[in-house]
Amino acid sequence: MGDYENAHTPVPNPAIHHQDERPQAKRLVFHLSRWDMSRQISSGGAEFAGHKLVFTGGFAMLVGHNAGGRVPMGQIIPENQSIVVRFAGDSGDGVQLLGSQFAESTALAGSDFSTFPDFPAEIRAPVGTTFGVSAFQINLGARRISTAGDAPDVLVALNPAALKVNLPLLQKGALILVNTDAFNDRNFAKANIAADPRKTGELDDFQTVEIAMSTQTLEAVKPHGLSRSDAEQCKNFWALGAILWMFGRSRQPIEDWATTKFAKKPPEVLAGNLAALNAGHAFAETAELSAEIPQFVIGEAPMATGDYRSITGAEALSLGLAAAGELADREVIFCSYPITPASPILHHLSRMTDLGVATFQAEDEIAACCAAIGASFGGAIGVTSSSGPGIALKTEAIGLAMSAELPLVIVNSQRGGPSTGLPTKTEQSDLYQAIYGRNADSPLPVIATAGPGDCFDAAIEATRIAIRHMTPVFLLTDGYIANAAGPWALPDMQDFEPILSNTPPAAQNDETERKRAIWNRDPSSLGRPWVAPGMKGLTYRIGGLEKDIETGDISYEAENHQAMSELRARKVAAVADFIPDQDVEQGNTKGPVVVVGWGSTHGAIWRAVHDAREQGLDVAQIHLRYLSPLPKNLGRLLGCYDRIIMPEMNMGQCATLLRDKLGVKLIQLNKVSGQPFKITEILDSITTNYPAKAKIKAAE
Amino acid sequence: MNAPLTAKDFATDQEVRWCPGCGDYAILKCVQKTLADVQADPDQTVFVSGIGCSSRFPYYMNAYGFHTIHGRAPTFATGLKLANPELDVWVVTGDGDGMSIGGNHLLHVLRRNVNLQILLFNNEIYGLTKGQYSPTSRVGTRSPSSPGGSIDAPLSAGAFALGAGARFIARGVDTDAKNLSPVLKAARDFKGASFVEIFQNCIVYNKDVFDDFVNKKQAKETQLHVEHGKPLLFANGAKGLKLNPLTLGMEVVEVGENGASESEVFVHDETSPAIAQMLLTLPKEGYPMPLGVIYRNPAPAFDESFWAAHGNKGKRTGKVADALRRGSVWRKESA
Ligand code: SF4
Repeated sequence: MGDYENAHTPVPNPAIHHQDERPQAKRLVFHLSRWDMSRQISSGGAEFAGHKLVFTGGFAMLVGHNAGGRVPMGQIIPENQSIVVRFAGDSGDGVQLLGSQFAESTALAGSDFSTFPDFPAEIRAPVGTTFGVSAFQINLGARRISTAGDAPDVLVALNPAALKVNLPLLQKGALILVNTDAFNDRNFAKANIAADPRKTGELDDFQTVEIAMSTQTLEAVKPHGLSRSDAEQCKNFWALGAILWMFGRSRQPIEDWATTKFAKKPPEVLAGNLAALNAGHAFAETAELSAEIPQFVIGEAPMATGDYRSITGAEALSLGLAAAGELADREVIFCSYPITPASPILHHLSRMTDLGVATFQAEDEIAACCAAIGASFGGAIGVTSSSGPGIALKTEAIGLAMSAELPLVIVNSQRGGPSTGLPTKTEQSDLYQAIYGRNADSPLPVIATAGPGDCFDAAIEATRIAIRHMTPVFLLTDGYIANAAGPWALPDMQDFEPILSNTPPAAQNDETERKRAIWNRDPSSLGRPWVAPGMKGLTYRIGGLEKDIETGDISYEAENHQAMSELRARKVAAVADFIPDQDVEQGNTKGPVVVVGWGSTHGAIWRAVHDAREQGLDVAQIHLRYLSPLPKNLGRLLGCYDRIIMPEMNMGQCATLLRDKLGVKLIQLNKVSGQPFKITEILDSITTNYPAKAKIKAAE
Repeated sequence: MNAPLTAKDFATDQEVRWCPGCGDYAILKCVQKTLADVQADPDQTVFVSGIGCSSRFPYYMNAYGFHTIHGRAPTFATGLKLANPELDVWVVTGDGDGMSIGGNHLLHVLRRNVNLQILLFNNEIYGLTKGQYSPTSRVGTRSPSSPGGSIDAPLSAGAFALGAGARFIARGVDTDAKNLSPVLKAARDFKGASFVEIFQNCIVYNKDVFDDFVNKKQAKETQLHVEHGKPLLFANGAKGLKLNPLTLGMEVVEVGENGASESEVFVHDETSPAIAQMLLTLPKEGYPMPLGVIYRNPAPAFDESFWAAHGNKGKRTGKVADALRRGSVWRKESA
């Protein structure tokens, strides 16, 4: 995938002159000429409302004639485009707050969006270093937004390290706002930068707006009597003010939010931050400067009527587990051990105590899993959660829960591997682990979430399967989904069926009769009654030794073991009788090409297939929620396409699974860089693999 | 009203599969009898075990039972207690299961003080896997995996428990039901993790390893049955333990006309961790084996604190439909 990664790396052009040094007060240099150098995509430009519309990579901007085609007057992002903004700075610069508040204002403006935070791996990296850079990316537009965006069109860089790290990601022609106060030799040294990038030509392919943000912030905050360091801390609010102006957004909701947030702090903190916010806004608005800081106009995205909120995958998954508890009318006992990137689920659930959720932080991964199983034995919904390395430790216990026929939900927030791997990066490489990763023949249902909001439904579905079939269920999500956010239409709880468990039998005095009743499995789901200690007259013993198929007693009988092994396989297969047929999300139910995905690749695939279809290609999209067992109609459905492309953030695990289970031929598109797929990467694969014959047909 | 339960009512229809003469039989009988004595409700009683000879225990108890995986019984029991704090949960483990592979969990279940009884059958050997030395085996123990004698220093289960923060530590002998049963009752009554080390004879792989103090012939001389508020006397009162203030250690003294007076004998205070420490680490040579309730110092039980911290005792008071709206929600009207 190396080529893809570098596709948008700007090539410095030494022939282009360096900008002048200007006095401090006039440090605003706008590389106007670069607009015209921008990569021309699509048809290359069009006339729009009397202005020349120039496509600059991912978005369009309106350039006023009156300024000789040089000064941008306000840029309308057309309905079929989106714009990607990235905020970057030091971990201590408040970049995440800046980004999330901008996202909040985007939500209120009615546009669609998707966000992704990019935290440094180190907790408190030294200030100013490249490995201490924290970033927040948002893709927004007046259309459906399915990913946080391939390449940023706008970068706000609060220090040189942030510029250095993020420059390679940018779209050619991107707009960069830099905080010039941080551009000094000390910070260059910390970021290992040999020469001021503003003078080396590295920025020639971009529009750079230089602003002394720290100076401006200190000026604005001065009257409120904050210490110098506290005052400087307000510069994220200053930048937020400027960005709000650029996007024509109201400051009021941010002011309200800040008022609550800083309520417990000394009043000057709120006053200082608001002063910075207003100053940034005013600065951008000032006539003289607005000519240099472009303004973007983004319309409302078409979305169904309803109430929305912004939600991360971790939050949605947590709420989904709470909802499952409500639907099953049982307590949810969530047992976990801290691990990146799964911990946010533990944090969210710890705040949901009023929803019948209890969280137990165990001494290790094994204990977490075992405690969850103990809770399930006791009649609560036991849930454990981790990431690959932690799941590996839970393996033996998961096998026990399967053998003892107890419900358990195992959430795996996948991260880059193997071993400790890349804890803060994303991957979908634990599919084999979920499906096959236990000793002996121990099949389990496995389902995957497709995006942040989908985690809610997936968590309910995983719990439903676990309880109906009395089995552990793997729920796969990943680091990207856990942290990514976007608007989510609030579900109506009335739309969900209650989660019913297999009714326990009546009390039995006769020991043999009692045992038979306890192991009397439902013929369709093969789930046994959920009998918990404390129930009257139903004492029984379970364990990991092979048990008699009828009485549950320890059994070493050869035929019984055969029968039990088959029963366990049939039970997982039976899940397929309860799940919906696989649908086609976009495109036709047959054709030359289908892109099949699972998990967090959903957004990138959706956009790529959508764009390919707009280009006239007959491509379909199928996204799998159920990985074990597969939907019954999947084999037949896939057989209706000439070519199947399977993008995966691993070396081909689901592809292997589909080949094995369905005997299909697939074209693998594998990416294991720790980064999510870019839309272009999938789109390129579609165009490359699109059969020439089909192209001609489409043209006809 | 049903007839009172007898020890038999706590037995199951499963054939007991320990080696004939194994100390586990005696413990099983003693536990069944104790539960009958206190008229425990089998429906509310659960035995949770790990892996090993001792861990077969739940199959033989007419109560709820869970034979789990090696070393992890305390964690299953913790989860179970959280799901239903009303249950009377017993963990049965051994020196290999509890102190070796499961040492970490034992440590944490004790420090958390989960309201359980933990019976550790210590036979100083791995029985089920055919006789390898265990973490409590004495140095020099010859076994299939240590033909030249084991070289690692053994662990004291009681001292481990005390170090882990246990609030109830007791000891008993498998075949001594008379003294073991009251200990089990005390353990059951204690609110918190009660740790009971039971010296258990593995007749096959480590026969009579505790003979020096369990042998009935010399038991009076070699066993010290401690009682709260009573002097630490043994050998029918002829001997006692006296504190040496210089070494802060216990010394054996003769009591009587030619020896120390009874008032010089140290009086047991079961709430004192310092005394517990001394008793649990008494040297083997020349000292009696302290048995009975050595340490009992109540503290809030985890399962109670857990639900107190979760508010509303874990009851669902909110609705997910409302929780979905926490934070900023906006309305979208499609055109
Ligand atoms: S091996 Fe030892 S501990 Fe195990 S059952 Fe036989 S005698 Fe008892």
